[in-house]
Parts: sequence; structure tokens; C-alpha cells
Amino acid sequence: MSDDQHDGDKITAKSEPPVVNRRKQQERRLVLRSLMLAAGVIGVSAMGYIPVARSWNPRLRPPGALEESEFLASCIKCGQCVQVCPVEAIKLADIMDGFGVGVPYVDARAQACDFSCDGLQCILACPTGALSHSLNYPAEIRMGFARLDRPDLCLAMLGKGFQGKIRGPEFDGLFRYSEIDRWKPQRVHDQEFDLEVCDLCVRHCPIEIRIAQCEAGEPPSGDVNQCPPRHAIELQAEDRGDGRMRMRPVVLDGCVGCGACEMVCPTEPAAIVIDIESTVERV
Amino acid sequence: MNFFKESLLQLLGRAPSKPKADDFTPEVKQIHFYKRGEKVSLEEIRAEHMGHHSHKWRNRRWATLIIVNLLFVVSYYFDVQLLEGALTASRFVGFHMADLNSALQVMLAFKHVVLNLLIGTVTIFILWLLLGGRSFCSWVCPYHLVAEFAEKIHLWLVQRKLIKNHEFHRGVRTAFYVSFALLALASGYTVFETISPTGILSRAIIYGATLALGWVAFLLLFEIFISQRAWCRYVCPIGMTYGVVGLFSPLRVVYNVESCKHEGECRKVCLVPHVLDPVIKGRATDVNVPIGADCTRCGLCIDTCPTGSLRYEFKGLNKVL
Repeated sequence: MSDDQHDGDKITAKSEPPVVNRRKQQERRLVLRSLMLAAGVIGVSAMGYIPVARSWNPRLRPPGALEESEFLASCIKCGQCVQVCPVEAIKLADIMDGFGVGVPYVDARAQACDFSCDGLQCILACPTGALSHSLNYPAEIRMGFARLDRPDLCLAMLGKGFQGKIRGPEFDGLFRYSEIDRWKPQRVHDQEFDLEVCDLCVRHCPIEIRIAQCEAGEPPSGDVNQCPPRHAIELQAEDRGDGRMRMRPVVLDGCVGCGACEMVCPTEPAAIVIDIESTVERV
Repeated sequence: MNFFKESLLQLLGRAPSKPKADDFTPEVKQIHFYKRGEKVSLEEIRAEHMGHHSHKWRNRRWATLIIVNLLFVVSYYFDVQLLEGALTASRFVGFHMADLNSALQVMLAFKHVVLNLLIGTVTIFILWLLLGGRSFCSWVCPYHLVAEFAEKIHLWLVQRKLIKNHEFHRGVRTAFYVSFALLALASGYTVFETISPTGILSRAIIYGATLALGWVAFLLLFEIFISQRAWCRYVCPIGMTYGVVGLFSPLRVVYNVESCKHEGECRKVCLVPHVLDPVIKGRATDVNVPIGADCTRCGLCIDTCPTGSLRYEFKGLNKVL
């Protein structure tokens, strides 16, 4: 473009001022601004998909939880399950869980579900069926599946016993010791143990406890339906020919993944942990 | 029927339409005619407002809002099972209640409705149908309360000419509503719940502080420095849902044109000033005009009106309030 032409443009602009409809201009700005607002808010909300898609925080869900994506869809994020849990095992996820914000989970190492309510109160409390109402008894649950993650740390595998308080006096996890109080869960740190071979995971397994109670003719809540059909965990002798008495905690078909074993495992980190991935298929 | 249509269109974001000549009743025409000849002195109006400082409805509303939210906290901490859960879904002495918008999100995402949720949704629908729909916003929603404080700061800054208010097109809320509904339906996630300040705040009050409060803080800062009451006015689908419920509600604010001086103080304090369009001189089509569905029934206009031209009404039960 030459300078002459440029000047010419200027002259015409001066002689004939462009008709600017200020109102229209303002309206256009308003619409544009509103579109930006819409894009911004929808964008922020869509970001909630990232932690879900990337599984930043794989969570152990409360008893009866549907398959993960269905669970996120159906949970109304009210926390009624949190309120009814007698051992306060259920927590609500924060914003770093994206779409999972406000959705309940269990941090088994901190506080496992020990089914001390017998009645699956969290399921009963759930208003949307995100915790499936079709489950009635602890043995029907499959939250996850226990796995001996660190056999090298496991006291039983080392042929060691256990004396004292589980995880020290600082640990304030709760567990229902029925023989002490049927209704009131006790602090785990109030219990003293003196075991020749550590079997804390087995003796704290809610399924094994139920089986023992049923065999003694005293099913939980006096309901024979509470009796689990399959064992969940047992210690099996393992001989490596070094003269040591080794016991391996073997997780069995009846494991419901409640995480009680992970909570009470005295090693740091826990030798036995819950696998979340094996929720759906039976192992 | 005309009232419903106008009310709904305003809710969806259209600007209030000016009434046509034949929309006016003869009585109101007469009032408008006399008012045109009447001289109103500014001093007189000022004097009238000076002697009028009522916070009756605001105080009642804040008390109600705080009590309802505290009821959740108290029920949880003292395990009295009075009002369990959070604002998204709860149980009042055992009866299921589900926030309509949260329930809608779940239904769209999950594509399956269990009976308890249906019962809770219907209960809440009937409750807010009786109580005015968007009255949920101003009388229960905890975000509304903190946003009211943020608004005071915003107005103070505007008055000092330190900032400027930026308005948006109100129709954008309808766009949000449709978008969030479609997102829930298509993605299978309750997308809106992720950013709902109502849910985040309610859970934080009951279960303890979370990082998600950072988002609420961001929204408040946006409202303080950029746009007055932006979330409630332009975004919140919860407000939209309850607005639709309020469309059919017998509990509403009614405007009486007779002694109104049309000074417009009520529109200044209103969260949704477009609903108060009939108070503009010559706009009221009848002597008594009900205020539209987008009104949150907060009562600020009633408090601020020195002539008593605005009042609550429960249609059918004459002047119970």
C-alpha cells in the first residue's frame, strides 16, 4: 500500500465519520464476554476429568461401591455414609480427585472398615444406590483384595512374633473387639499383644472373626446369614530348609478387601496391602 | 398465563419486555395517570428513606440460613440424626431429601434412579414449590451468604471508583444449564458437582475444610473485583432449577403500585433486578403485580422499601405475612 493511498483513506475518514452504533458495540462486547465466561467455567469443570482419566488417586471405595465410573456417576456427594460409619473409616475426597470431589473413600492404612456395624450402614445410608443396596452381608462385599506386598518385611514370614501395641501409641485406628465390647469400637493402641508368631492380620480379619464366631455358635448380631461361606486369610507354614519356622499369610477367596489387615500390619510400610484393581473379578 | 411466559423468559435470560398499552388494567391506568401529574420532590424521598432502616427480613433470612447449615453440623457432631448428609442430599429425621440439581445431575450421569433418590427429589420439589423455589438460594445456600459479604466489598470498591462492574448476558446461565446437563448425560460424570460452590461449602462446613474451598475463594474474588454476584446471576444451574420450581410457587413477592414513589432503591439492592421491572414508573400492568420466578425471595427489597409497596404473599392465603 502506497503512502498516497493511505492519506486518501484518512481524508475520507475525516469527511465521513464512520457510523458507530455504540449500543450494538456494547452488546457485542457483552455477548463476547459472556461466551468467555461460559468457556472458562465449562473449561474449569472439564478439568475435573484429568485426575479421573489419569487415575491420580486410585481409591479404595466403601463397601458396596459400584464399579468406579458408575460410582462417580451415581454418588451425590452428600457424605451420609461418612456420618453413619462407627469407626469413621470413610472420608470424602478433595478437589485433587477431580470429578471425584466429595466422593467417599477408605484409607485402609489409617482406618479400615471392620464391618463393626454388621448391618452395612453406609450402604443403607446411601440415597442414590452408589453403594449397592443389593448387598446385605459383609461377606458379599468386594472392595478390593488383600495381597502380601512385602513378604520380606512380614514378621510371620521372618518367623518373628509380635509384642506390644500395634503401630505404637500414636496410632489411633479403631477396631471392634467383640469380646471387649460388642457395640463400641476400641482404640487399637489400647490393646497389648504377645504373639509367638505374628498373626495380627489373620486375627483382625473381620471375615475370619465371623467364621470363628459362627463356629462357636454365636453368629454376629445373632444372624446366621452373617456367617461367611469362605475363608479370607490364613497362615500357611513355609519351609525353606533353614530351620526357621516361617508362616506365610495367604489371602483366600473369601477376602472382601476391607483393609483391616493393612491397618493392623505392624511393619512400616505395611507388608500386606489392599489391591483396588481386583474389585470386579473374583480372584 | 402471560405472567408465566414472561417469568420463564426472564429466567432463561431475556430482558423484561415493556408492557403494551392493552396489557394495563383500567385501575392501574388511572394510577399511572395521576402519578404522571404528581410532583415528587427528591428531598421528600430522601427524608422518607432516612427514617427507614429495616433489616427484618435480612436478619430472619441470615438466621435461617445459618441455622439450617448448623443443623447439619450439629446432627453430625452430636450424632442426633436430625439432618444427616449435606445440602446435595440429606435425611431429615429419616426422610430422604435430595437437592434437585444434584439429583438431576446424578440421574443424567447414572441413567438410573433408585427409589430413595426419587422420594428425596419429590420431597424437595414439593418443599420448594411451597416455599418459593429460589428461596433455596437466599435462605439456605451457604454460598449466597458469603457472596453477600463479597458483594458489599465489591460495591464499596465500585463506589470508590477503584473498580468497575462487568456485566454478562443473563442468557449465559441457560447455556450453562444445558451444557452441564449434556455434559452429565454424555460423560457419565456429575461434572457440575466438581465446581459447585454450594456443594463444596456445604461439605466443608460439615466435614471440615478442603482444598476445594480455594475454588470458592476464587469465585468470591472474581465477584469482588470483576463482576457483582456473577455466580448466582450468570452461572449457577441450581438457581435455575429452583427458579423453574418457583415459577409455580404460591409464595412470592408482590408489588403494589399505589403508594410507590418509584425511586428504585429496591432494584439497587436486588440480586436479580430484572424481576423488579414492574416497579419502574409506568410499567406495572396491574395495581398488584407478582414478582417473577427468578426472584430469590430474599426480602431485601421489602426491607428497603419505605412505602411498604413490596410484601411477601402466599397466593390463596391472603396476607398471612
